[in-house]
Amino acid sequence: MPPRPNKKRRVADKKAAEEVVSKKLKAAAADALAIDGQALVQFVDPEGKIAGPQLDVPLGTSKDQLGTLLNQLLENSEEMPYSFHLEDTEITSNLAASFGKLSKGQQSTERVLNITYYPLAVFRVRPVTRCTSSLSGHIEAVLCVAFSPDSRQLATGSGDSTVRLWDLNTELPKHTCKGHLNWVLAVAWSPDGSRLTSAGMDKIVLVWCAQSGKNLGALRGHTQPVTCLCWQPLHVTEGDSFPFLATSSKDAAVRIWDTTAGTCVRSLTSHSQPVMQVRWSGERPDIGGVIYSAGRDCVVKVWNPKDGSMLSELKGHGHWVNTLALNTDYVLRSGPFTHEPQKFKDLAEKKEAAKKRYDEAIQLCGGERLLSGSDDFTLFLWRPVVSKTAVCRMTGHQKIVNQVAFSPDGRWFASASFDKSVRLWDGRTGKYVHAFRGHVGDVYQLAWSADSRLLVSVSKDSTAKCWDIGQRKLLEDLPGHADEVYAVDWSLDGSRVATGSKDRLLKIWRH
Amino acid sequence: MPQNEYIKESIKRFGRRFDHEERMRKKKAREPKKIAKTARKLRGIKAKLFTKKRYSEKATMKKTIKAHQEKDAKAKDAEEVKPGAVPAYLLDREQVRRTKVLSNMIKQKRKEKAGKWQVPIPKVKAMTEDEMFKILRSGKRKKKAWKRIVNKVSFVGDNFTRKPPKFERYIRPSALRFKKAHVTHPELKMTFNLEIVSVKKNPQSALYTNLGVITKGTIIEVNVSELGLVTQTGKVIFAKYAQVTNNPDIDGCINSLLLV
Repeated sequence: MPPRPNKKRRVADKKAAEEVVSKKLKAAAADALAIDGQALVQFVDPEGKIAGPQLDVPLGTSKDQLGTLLNQLLENSEEMPYSFHLEDTEITSNLAASFGKLSKGQQSTERVLNITYYPLAVFRVRPVTRCTSSLSGHIEAVLCVAFSPDSRQLATGSGDSTVRLWDLNTELPKHTCKGHLNWVLAVAWSPDGSRLTSAGMDKIVLVWCAQSGKNLGALRGHTQPVTCLCWQPLHVTEGDSFPFLATSSKDAAVRIWDTTAGTCVRSLTSHSQPVMQVRWSGERPDIGGVIYSAGRDCVVKVWNPKDGSMLSELKGHGHWVNTLALNTDYVLRSGPFTHEPQKFKDLAEKKEAAKKRYDEAIQLCGGERLLSGSDDFTLFLWRPVVSKTAVCRMTGHQKIVNQVAFSPDGRWFASASFDKSVRLWDGRTGKYVHAFRGHVGDVYQLAWSADSRLLVSVSKDSTAKCWDIGQRKLLEDLPGHADEVYAVDWSLDGSRVATGSKDRLLKIWRH
Repeated sequence: MPQNEYIKESIKRFGRRFDHEERMRKKKAREPKKIAKTARKLRGIKAKLFTKKRYSEKATMKKTIKAHQEKDAKAKDAEEVKPGAVPAYLLDREQVRRTKVLSNMIKQKRKEKAGKWQVPIPKVKAMTEDEMFKILRSGKRKKKAWKRIVNKVSFVGDNFTRKPPKFERYIRPSALRFKKAHVTHPELKMTFNLEIVSVKKNPQSALYTNLGVITKGTIIEVNVSELGLVTQTGKVIFAKYAQVTNNPDIDGCINSLLLV
């Protein structure tokens, strides 16, 4: 690796790069002015609702100019960022370039062109570029990593049957939670950030206090290793009770637990094979959310947590279902917390904030969608609340799909597969967009940045890679681990990425 | 019912003797004594056949006992923490056993430059010219003796073409040419049959290195792309060095140890 240039040089390089960019922009603007012709355009939001009247604009209109126009039409008090699509193609430079990409029959200036606009995050997460600390402590492989919803703490579970809590301000170990008797396969923070649960091969689910790292209770009942944990969303809980916890296990059952009392509320049994994934949705607050579970018996089941009945079965996969994802996963996980630091008085206030955030998110991504990835190399996109049939079946991967993840705004989703590629798909329609290639080993896990502009993937080849969604290319290669990287998470405030590896190290990456 | 099954018929009709179970038990208990007695008495070919039969019986019995013991032991072990933890998504997936990523390429290159290697066999016995080459007499009267046949195993690359006989000083017999070697990974404790890429160094002399002669202690380069090894920066390792640990010309195969 070449030595890192000193700071002065870096600044100089940056300036030079900026100059080049500004020159290019000027040249592009000059080109745009040179394009003559007019077009009738109509701004449409992703749901198909019309915004403002039809406009007669020059074909040379740039993306920025479109943005200004739309902001005025929508009467936004502040300038909001948007991305624009002309039919299926994204407008990257100006209208004319995308117009040229349309099929021959569509290329008519007589027709009204529909420009779909997608709102982007108002903040930007800077890409991670360097490893700020390699934290040792675990004496076996690190199997799972999770940032707390308020991004102040980090929890890891390991093969040495401990859970560790790390302090993120100093990037040092904080607590070691001993109690498990075997590998810890999953850790999950409660959406209000006060409790942590962990589970693993020893069939017990342990609840920990996030502040002190003390054990608050053990939930016993499963007869086989526990594979996945999921908390009830904060805004669908009954009254002022603490959210329940759903766990899936290899004994083919999903159990719902009351972590405060330490009891099993309900056991959902009709799977015939190990259940590998469970998700608790924020829809249907009247029954306390809906639970989705899937596993080795190839069906996704929808449950009513209130009376434990099965609402429906989603059939389609031909082999094990490995992963489930909701387009609201991110907002459910983060609960009331946004990318800015906040303080809340009590649980009720948190619930209110969580409800507000959820409503905004569901509005933004246009209804809840469930995604499942499987050993049969395909993905299915469902709208379980609306219908039992799939919206879309996505093929393209050449090996099993190990993980799928929606971007926080629900605009995209990405799938990680053992065929060494990460694929990007459209979050609403499931249309294939791009394949990110670069890994030389199986891709294990994915994590999105909070602004949906970046994606980080980890792989068997001992590296993590940061991808740029806008430009569709590799932004940063993050080598450093000495062995397979098993787990990754991006903090919800976007400042840090944590990776856990088979070499027993936890690495923290920052800009 | 066939005529000859009269005993069965009788048992069916009248049942067994009342002390039948007892007698069978005693008979079974006395069986070893009876066998021992026959074993003592038998001589010659009969004895040989008998012992052979007895030997195989005992072997199978021991095997079954061991299998049962293992089964019992396994049930106990299930509760213990096993090494080699994997995340939930890799449970029950067949995995190729693989250890840590091998030491990085930079180190390897540095070592290569210095020509120094930490190798399993640091010193080898020097070979004489006679042992290495056989003189091949040529000419009409077989009085010229400038041709040599290599007596040892050699590696000849794919793109090798023979020179005209007049210029061919060294002959590497095709029967002694090898393309593959057994390579043991010291950390994995596993052996793979891998293709040889080149002969890096033969400690006997530079000439042997050039000729591609493989003797004990030779460093060969093998193609490890199938093993799926990666460097720390996430690049695939295609070839690595290995040292030959046996005498290939005597054994008829090349055994080697991967240099990590």
